[in-house]
Amino acid sequence: MITIIDYGMGNLQSLANAFQFLGEEVKITDNPKEIEKAQKLVFPGVGDFGKAIKNLKKKKIDLPIRNSIQKGTPFLGICLGLQLLFEKSEEAPNDKGLNIFKGKILRFKNVKTPQIGWNQINILKKTKIFKEIENNSFVYFMHSFYVEPLDKKIIVARTNYGKGFCSAIEQKNVFGVQFHPEKSGKTGLKILRNFITAKPICRVKPVIEL
Amino acid sequence: MLAKRIIPCLDCDLAIPGGRVVKGIKFKKIRHAGLPWELAERYYKEGADEIVFLDITASYEKRGAMIEIIKKTCQRVFIPITVGGGIKNIEDARKLFKAGADKISINTSAIQNPKLVKDLSKTFGSQAVMVAIDVKRRYGKKKSKVIVKTEKGNCWFECSIYGSRKFTGIDAILWAKKAAKLGAGEILLTSMDRDGTKEGFDLELNKKISEEVSIPVIASGGAGAKKHFFEVFKESKADAALAASLFHFKEIKIPELKRYLKQKGINVR
Repeated sequence: MITIIDYGMGNLQSLANAFQFLGEEVKITDNPKEIEKAQKLVFPGVGDFGKAIKNLKKKKIDLPIRNSIQKGTPFLGICLGLQLLFEKSEEAPNDKGLNIFKGKILRFKNVKTPQIGWNQINILKKTKIFKEIENNSFVYFMHSFYVEPLDKKIIVARTNYGKGFCSAIEQKNVFGVQFHPEKSGKTGLKILRNFITAKPICRVKPVIEL
Repeated sequence: MLAKRIIPCLDCDLAIPGGRVVKGIKFKKIRHAGLPWELAERYYKEGADEIVFLDITASYEKRGAMIEIIKKTCQRVFIPITVGGGIKNIEDARKLFKAGADKISINTSAIQNPKLVKDLSKTFGSQAVMVAIDVKRRYGKKKSKVIVKTEKGNCWFECSIYGSRKFTGIDAILWAKKAAKLGAGEILLTSMDRDGTKEGFDLELNKKISEEVSIPVIASGGAGAKKHFFEVFKESKADAALAASLFHFKEIKIPELKRYLKQKGINVR
């Protein structure tokens, strides 16, 4: 069972469809209790960082997300869902992120923004999420901001758009991708399949205590 | 490196129960190309980079039919889906996103109410808002228009609305820049002069607009041969190229087109 967190930001149906296509049961929810007891959590999202954080707080699901991660629940952040795991964003300088990892979100400069389309992932580490994924595979991006983690060890793939940026992270039970696996054809479906079958060995402790 | 995209466009007539893909709007003789979700799945499997659905009926009563088409398509097609035609407000857009659309495309409603571009991009993010511009060349000089030197002489580019049935007097270059500023994430640029002619994309138009705006541009109108796709990617900064009937009736197959472009040194997926 895959639990998809619904906080009013973006296309959840496509993500649900992709997991269902892979034979998984899916629950879409904004219920804090459901999130805390989820077996596997997916945190999607597109749109504005500040608005997303406000929605998470309003729905009282910011802490349940942190708790689930701390408990060791396999967790996949997609696009804005990846960005929200960090401290802060240029998009909303006055709002704090979920503070799971240290680092910030920056806006692309001197390139067409948003980046829209298929770009390649340079896989730095053959981790669980990229099992049987060829290096330099194309995946679908649609974003204006990218994450810059302070701890470079968590970066598992980079992509070039004007300059190199972090397109995927992995740390114990937490996975995050800047691209949209649910929109990345066969490659994307395989990545979601890898998430379904991944068995994390230990859990992430948020680097920043609240 | 970011790949150049190939996008089949499905013009949907929703007056027929369930909807049908029809050959280009401007053709007098309507030819049916098939069921929207079946055609979409075929393109997905053939390696299309995205799919655009255009509701050519765009009547309020038929809205539900488009939602059903999107829902059905998104169960089996795992590439981005854009929907356009008759979207007038946030609620229209929300319903389409909820059904599984990744982007919406607006044309007439954006020109009539530019604030809608801003509101949509604020609500759903710039990346989800495509502004479609239908353009016709107007030769000769005119005050307050951006004059472009072309092979056939000086011209400016005029925007049209209501599926190219009404002209607005609005300069397409200025409007594209304004739309980008308001938060549009992409421009879908259709040349009315070339649409349906199979003579190739309007390179001068695509070059000008793709250099003027800082957001991605999708070239549309006029594709009739593989080399037209190569030309538009080589001669302009267009990020994607769109075609409809050319793909529907298998005059050009997407895998073959992509192989050709790759050989020519264009970065495609």
